[in-house]
Amino acid sequence: MKADIAFGQYYEGNSFLHRLDPRWKILFVIFYIVIIFLAKNIFSFALLILSAIFLTLISRIPLRTILRGLRPLVFIIFFTAIINIFWLKGDTVLVDWWIIHIYLEGLINALLIVVRVVILVAGTSILLTYTTTPIALTDGLERLLSPLAKIHLPVHEFSMMMTIALRFIPTLVEETEKIMNAQKARGADFSTGSLVRRAKALIPILIPLFISAFRRAEELATAMECRCYTGGKGRTRMNILHSSWRDVAALLALCALCAGVVLLNIFAPGYALAL
Amino acid sequence: MDTGNNTAKESEKQMSTIMKAEHISYSYPGDEEDRPVEALRDVSFSVEEGEFVAILGHNGCGKSTLAKILCMILQPGEGKLYIDGEDMTRDDITEEDINKGRRKVGMVFQNPDNQLVATIVEEDVAFGPENLGLAPEKIRRRVDWALETVGMTKYARHATHRLSGGQKQRVAIAGAIAMRRKCIIFDESTAMLDPHGRKEVMDTISRLNREEGITVIHITHYMNEATMADRVLVMQGGGIIMEGKPTEVFSRAQELWDAGLDVPQTTELLWYVRQAGYDVALDIFDPAACAAEIARVLKGTAHGRDNT
Repeated sequence: MKADIAFGQYYEGNSFLHRLDPRWKILFVIFYIVIIFLAKNIFSFALLILSAIFLTLISRIPLRTILRGLRPLVFIIFFTAIINIFWLKGDTVLVDWWIIHIYLEGLINALLIVVRVVILVAGTSILLTYTTTPIALTDGLERLLSPLAKIHLPVHEFSMMMTIALRFIPTLVEETEKIMNAQKARGADFSTGSLVRRAKALIPILIPLFISAFRRAEELATAMECRCYTGGKGRTRMNILHSSWRDVAALLALCALCAGVVLLNIFAPGYALAL
Repeated sequence: MDTGNNTAKESEKQMSTIMKAEHISYSYPGDEEDRPVEALRDVSFSVEEGEFVAILGHNGCGKSTLAKILCMILQPGEGKLYIDGEDMTRDDITEEDINKGRRKVGMVFQNPDNQLVATIVEEDVAFGPENLGLAPEKIRRRVDWALETVGMTKYARHATHRLSGGQKQRVAIAGAIAMRRKCIIFDESTAMLDPHGRKEVMDTISRLNREEGITVIHITHYMNEATMADRVLVMQGGGIIMEGKPTEVFSRAQELWDAGLDVPQTTELLWYVRQAGYDVALDIFDPAACAAEIARVLKGTAHGRDNT
């Protein structure tokens, strides 16, 4: 569990979403974010909620996992909700007591914003991080950006760096823990004292960590050289990304969703979002 | 065509030399005022195709330096290294020639964490073949074959950092053989593993050698691992001090002890039994066989000596 914090979001599976081409998925996520911000009233938001439920269902990821992913957002959600409830003025007064005025519009606005944040985070993680391995993600990114290599941007090098970083994050997290325990065993104290003191206490962790990271880097470079790595030139890949009917279907679905949201914005009456 | 590997030992009786070192010396440049540190002195040996050679030595005897020279990470200060007949130490050698040599000779390192490049097992095994610029289908076949050979097919889609040390090393081995190398150097590849992982890796290594006919150079300081080899080289102080079959080398227990090395436990036990005046053979590495040998001489003394 400990080594899984950073990029451990990937949820093993073989669903429709898992099998989408990562290149397309990156574009789909951008599209989905645009759609989320297009939604303006409660009807288009209802459609968004339906789409998020649909995504959850076809991803076959347990709801609990998704909710757990939202936990770090609780504070932000709560905070924006409070601000919207108390500060937004409207016509229909619900509570009018002392300095507290709560309007129906504020309540609805808060609700819509909460829904937007939740869908934004849950939707994008279901579409991308839960259903795509980090390696497929960097792979997709490399290929999406590959036209940039023509203007001499180091796209391959960048993606190799990402791959290696992803590979070593768990290793380094584990190592940090080991060093921390070793320093604790020698009487180091990381949790008390002023901020400066605590920052200083990190130095005996960072120095060994850096030294070992450099040693690892050197060994890895040697190992890569031994495996005939000479940079991106002349290198092929085992897994070729294929677009399939799934990607087309997903694209069509997203277009339909976008159209639906826009139409509902225009034609359906309802409380519009004030932000 | 790609997977049909029938180069079992029998079929290549007309052995050719895969690797030949001639009078190799190497010194690490000293820092500032220090004199250069001599790591290897006049090392010569050759390895035949399909052989399993163990290089034994104490820490600092130069065995890791030798490994680095053999897989062309370091250029020897003096001497010649031939790989498959090709001189890898000539002056006008290019990066491309060295890469050609590296396609034949691979290396598996000591620390399993620092040699895996990718987060997914099969992606890591594919790394080498991808560097060779092979076609995707061909890479796929090689990766499947390599994973099957080391018995890791089940883990093909697993994350590398979740594997045990022994499993990581087996993935590293798969990565090395996926390039269809003739020879693999193991630079203390078992040193960081627990006994279980060590056994896992040793089983894999000996299977590669026996079934796939891959030449193995195994650098180690575990005596028991060296008993599995066809030939043992013993290093001390940057030079080779002994060479021969494991049975020959380990029979010279006193010399090994003088060189600061151990002998296999069975040999040690038998050596003491012999010191006590019993006529036992020293070249037995299997505990059961060792027990049988001791039982034999003990019974022999009880009933009077029997002939051999």
